[in-house]
Amino acid sequence: MGGILVFAEQRDGEFRRVAFEAVSEARRLKERIGGPVAALLIGHNVGGLTETLGRYGAEKLYVADHEFLARYSGEAYRNIFLDAIERMKPSMIVVGSTAMGRDLVPRIAAKLGVPAAMEVTEIIVEDGVVRVKRPIQMGKIIATYRLRSEPYIIVIRPNTFPVEELEEPVSPAVEVIDASKHIEGVRDRVVDFVAAEKKMMDLTEAPVIVSGGRGLGGPEPFKMLWELAELLGGTVGASRAAVDAGWISHDHQVGLTGKIVSPNLYIAVGISGQIQHKVGCINSKVIVAINKDPEAPIFEFADYGIVGDLFEVVPRLIEEIKKLKQSKS
Amino acid sequence: MKIVVCVKHVPDTTATLEIAPNQKTIETEDLEWVMNPYDEYAVEEAVRLKERFGGEVTVLSLGDEEAENIVLTALAMGADRGIILQPEEPITDPYLIAKVLAGKLSEMEFDIVLFGKRSIDYNNHQVGTMVAELLGIPSVSSVNKLEILDGKVRARREIEGGAAEIVEVEMPVVITAEKDLNQPRYVSFRGLALARRKPIEYEDVEVEGEEGLEIEKLEYPPEKKPGRIVGEGPEAVPLLVKLLREEAKVI
Repeated sequence: MGGILVFAEQRDGEFRRVAFEAVSEARRLKERIGGPVAALLIGHNVGGLTETLGRYGAEKLYVADHEFLARYSGEAYRNIFLDAIERMKPSMIVVGSTAMGRDLVPRIAAKLGVPAAMEVTEIIVEDGVVRVKRPIQMGKIIATYRLRSEPYIIVIRPNTFPVEELEEPVSPAVEVIDASKHIEGVRDRVVDFVAAEKKMMDLTEAPVIVSGGRGLGGPEPFKMLWELAELLGGTVGASRAAVDAGWISHDHQVGLTGKIVSPNLYIAVGISGQIQHKVGCINSKVIVAINKDPEAPIFEFADYGIVGDLFEVVPRLIEEIKKLKQSKS
Repeated sequence: MKIVVCVKHVPDTTATLEIAPNQKTIETEDLEWVMNPYDEYAVEEAVRLKERFGGEVTVLSLGDEEAENIVLTALAMGADRGIILQPEEPITDPYLIAKVLAGKLSEMEFDIVLFGKRSIDYNNHQVGTMVAELLGIPSVSSVNKLEILDGKVRARREIEGGAAEIVEVEMPVVITAEKDLNQPRYVSFRGLALARRKPIEYEDVEVEGEEGLEIEKLEYPPEKKPGRIVGEGPEAVPLLVKLLREEAKVI
């Protein structure tokens, strides 16, 4: 058979952006891999989502729709994924690096008896040989791996592969996977779901991140970072120092024991820029640093820096962005 | 309760790494090794479970002398005994690592096996969950809160956007640890000295199978050009905004 199978992650009827990134990349690789681009859609009441994936080039869809699947279950999702793989026999499987993707992929990889390439930033296919590039050793080194066992399982880093909408969308053929037998005997169940206090964009997918560190001195100044982030259509991040001080929760942490992010714009406010933080944000397209210490390491890798008191600089920045938006509208 | 915790040694996070002339490995001479940061949370949780429910904590690792120091650290934190599996050649393929660990675990008795959610060296982020699948037992990954109620495990895992899932499973189970699962204790010199009296077993292991992920080349990331200081204080803001708009084109 062959072809590429993409896991199109959705929660509560909303696709993760990385699902479109994965389908777009699969379509770009299609000629070189051979065979169709298919996507796997798992959830409850997801019937309305099928056409969306055709816009990025999914020709075929495997769909499992069941009440039980409204919440993620590693074992149930794994069983369905393996069923889709059995039907399609793809050469390559592409999944986004998300909480769900990183839990699901090792399960299917173990059952297929192959390793998965995680946090991939580039896929290279030449003369039938598949290679990937991925950062290792905290981003200090970039490794090129050759993938030797089919199916090649590749987990892509969000915000790295461009989304491409087709001029003429395809209408994907839908093949339904009966979920009921895959749910039987499942041992892991989500018994409770804790919604976010504030609905926020995930750091790994945000186009703009305004991050705060020790220099903020407390939880209060994060309010102004939120204001700036919202004006720029982004979200708020933090350094480990700010998280460990309890000023903001861990899901905002950027860096070694937090998230690795790659937004278009990363604004580091009152963050000194130690290696542990640098590894988390170095892949941002543009980094801006605001820090009162001109010797702070953050200025060594920021694209633009302002040396100054953040309590003066950030309010002014908010003001200037507001002006800019007014002049545009 | 019988608890196993799997640990790995990684280069010290602040170390400067040098690529070896073969371009496939890093120079390890003079390198300082530390316990993978996520594994510290796993060891701490294992010891807390023992303190609460009684039982025994076994530390399992793969490697040689570097592994021994890390196993000693775990013993100093409160684990009871160590097992170090020694393959003939170092293995980096995560599936093969999972197979070796699962092979050993299948000979052992346990209620919970703990791992760090990922190791910061090769960042493969899959071994713990794979081991559970190879053993045919349930698993919960990236857990930042663990409770045991009526013999059942309730684990909280963070998902994107600040939400979390609470997963319930029966033992035996594999749990992989996220940061903030707990606050790992410090290890004193005295603790390390006492840990030397605890037993560590060494075992040769055979690795069957080919590497599916083969490192062909290592390289340094492109040097990032140092940027420029736009100015000082709030007066520099208008220029910054202009640059972000016209030069960088990001706003």
